[in-house]
Amino acid sequence: MKQQHVPVTVKPNRERQHRMTAAVLSVVLQGLGQLYNRQWIKGICFLILEAVGLAYLIPRLNQAVWGVWTLGEQTQRFVKVNGSTVLQQGDHSIFLLLNGIIVLLVFFVFLLLYIFNIRDAYITGKLREEGKKATGASASLRYLLDKQFPYLFLSIPALGILFFTIMPILFTITLAFTNYSAPDHIPPAKLVDWVGFKTFTDLIQLKSWSHTFFGVLTWTVIWAILATVTTYFGGVLVALLIEQKGIRFKKVWRTIFILPYAIPQIISLLLMRNLFNGQFGPINTYMKAFGLEGLPWLTDPFWAKVTVVIVNMWIGIPVSMVLILGVLTAIPRDLYEAAEVDGASGFQKFRIITLPFIMFATTPVLIMQFAGNFNNFNVIFLLTNGNPLRGDYQYAGSTDLLVTWLYKLTLDNNKFNMASAVGIIIFLIIASFSIWNFRRSKSFKEEDMIQ
Amino acid sequence: MKKRNNPMRLAISYVLLVIIAIVSVYPVLWIFLSSLRPGAALYSERLWPEAFTLAHYGELFTNPSFMYGTWYLNTLKIAFFTMIFSTLMVTLGMYALSRFRFRGRKTILSTMLILGMFPSFMSMIAIYIILLQIKLLDTHAALILVYSSGAVLGGFIVKGFFDTIPRSLDEAARIDGASHLRVFTSIILPLSRPMLTYVALTSFTGAWMDFIFARLVLRTKENWTLAVGMWDLVSRYQDSNFTMFAAGAVLIAIPITLLFVFLQRFLVQGLTSGASKG
Repeated sequence: MKQQHVPVTVKPNRERQHRMTAAVLSVVLQGLGQLYNRQWIKGICFLILEAVGLAYLIPRLNQAVWGVWTLGEQTQRFVKVNGSTVLQQGDHSIFLLLNGIIVLLVFFVFLLLYIFNIRDAYITGKLREEGKKATGASASLRYLLDKQFPYLFLSIPALGILFFTIMPILFTITLAFTNYSAPDHIPPAKLVDWVGFKTFTDLIQLKSWSHTFFGVLTWTVIWAILATVTTYFGGVLVALLIEQKGIRFKKVWRTIFILPYAIPQIISLLLMRNLFNGQFGPINTYMKAFGLEGLPWLTDPFWAKVTVVIVNMWIGIPVSMVLILGVLTAIPRDLYEAAEVDGASGFQKFRIITLPFIMFATTPVLIMQFAGNFNNFNVIFLLTNGNPLRGDYQYAGSTDLLVTWLYKLTLDNNKFNMASAVGIIIFLIIASFSIWNFRRSKSFKEEDMIQ
Repeated sequence: MKKRNNPMRLAISYVLLVIIAIVSVYPVLWIFLSSLRPGAALYSERLWPEAFTLAHYGELFTNPSFMYGTWYLNTLKIAFFTMIFSTLMVTLGMYALSRFRFRGRKTILSTMLILGMFPSFMSMIAIYIILLQIKLLDTHAALILVYSSGAVLGGFIVKGFFDTIPRSLDEAARIDGASHLRVFTSIILPLSRPMLTYVALTSFTGAWMDFIFARLVLRTKENWTLAVGMWDLVSRYQDSNFTMFAAGAVLIAIPITLLFVFLQRFLVQGLTSGASKG
């Protein structure tokens, strides 16, 4: 079917030019288009912002690009001045890189503002062509509060995230492509250079690094699975125990079992570290009282792994229990009644009704818990500190996860480039996992259908 | 409908429940009793001490090399301000994301999700250098800033909760001429009290107990928080100062544990609403 051509009343040519003139003026100088559209206050605001931006960027941008590109050319050195040696400051590669990234980000923000300004001038010009009056400052403000409300609300957290999350992450990612590490490339004495993917190939191919990396990775995966499964099914078991018919004082049991969750984690972990102390800890004391040999809970590679899993159960089961109890109350009673009419046994009811229902409701949480355990810094670091040490590992112990290894590489050993590479790999694993989980979750697909 | 309760099964269940209860309570009881035991050693013959003393609690505040009182106040201050700022930012931001359909919304949601997946210490080095350059290293303001600006990333639970508040409520208010801010303060906030409690409580305890960033940022002993101080005590003296550690641990755990027990209802709601939303 052909669209019928609708004739439009052609306005005088001069009138039609508003949108282009305003836009071009705004391209030339930010805010000029708004002034042309007789939006005085808005135009002046844009002008002032541009002045601020230029004043900030002009002296810095050049230096920033140079800094990011070269990472400095001159190290600090001693020069003779009037017979005495003086330390002359050189380029500090890391400060150059970080400052460069900050300046480029600010540049990016102002670029967005500039584009917004052109677009705004164009739209207002179009409005004028259609014979409507351009909105004044107070109307603009009202518009901002009403229609643009979400942007206004989100701008403050967004700034915080930009400078304390996005920028640091960008910076750290770039570090993985440099040779910033002890002992040869630590500023200010030495310069840092771009090395491309060398850090990653070293991590995978150099025998000493790859052995540690794959060893730690394997244990991290085993740990994440064990920790998630034990706490989850422990939680199911405890919840079912409490919810059984005939059990009395349900509330009391629940409150007692929540206790480990209520204790601050750092306290309970440091406490457990003492409880499992091989020499003086109460657990070994009791075992000896029963005539058993005490176990090397934290000092033997195998038993240390067992200990972290056990302690994690103590901390994690209450959380799962609370979750599952919530799900259990949501199972419709009539399902059970129908099953009883059909003569189902207790176990059959559990297998056919309870378990599928729980699994269905909690799978997303289960996957998030897996991701959380993958990065479970606290349990490992505070309980074993990654120890017992392994001689054949680079700066890692038997219970170290990738994250605690990353922490040690950064803070204790200054292997910043390796640490960043490990961080990127952790991110890739967790991200692919979580995005897959998020996409398949109902709340993402049917978000607008809840309303 | 007749229901047979197998007495054997019930008995076994009760035995299991009692065992789990003992396991849950024992470490707590042990640390509490240890804090009252005379002497400093970790080793003791029996759980129940022969004599009781409050000396370790006094020692916490008088020991010259151990500034427990200062740390307690530091931690309280940091946790309090973090709680205020994070709750404010999270609720406002998530209100905008839950209630408005604007351009870039899905992008923001996905970005938040992705950013949340970076291990938080990946940003450690950068944050350290930034704080060094803006001269905020070793200050409490820096910690509050870092905690609060990171809080928004964990706001999905709050968004999920806001999603469940019927939109007809705020539409009605809008027709009556209420501004968005008004809708937020007089409709959304009162309706989401359990969620607010949950967010406030978790951000408070998070800051109260954070160890990683506190250790990184706070350099001098007077500025430390409890977590850093206690970790130092355990890792440096191991078992020679154990009873003092126990006393310190009890004093740290009491306020948080009480808060948890009293606000249990809200916590359970917060956790479960997070579950059903995914």
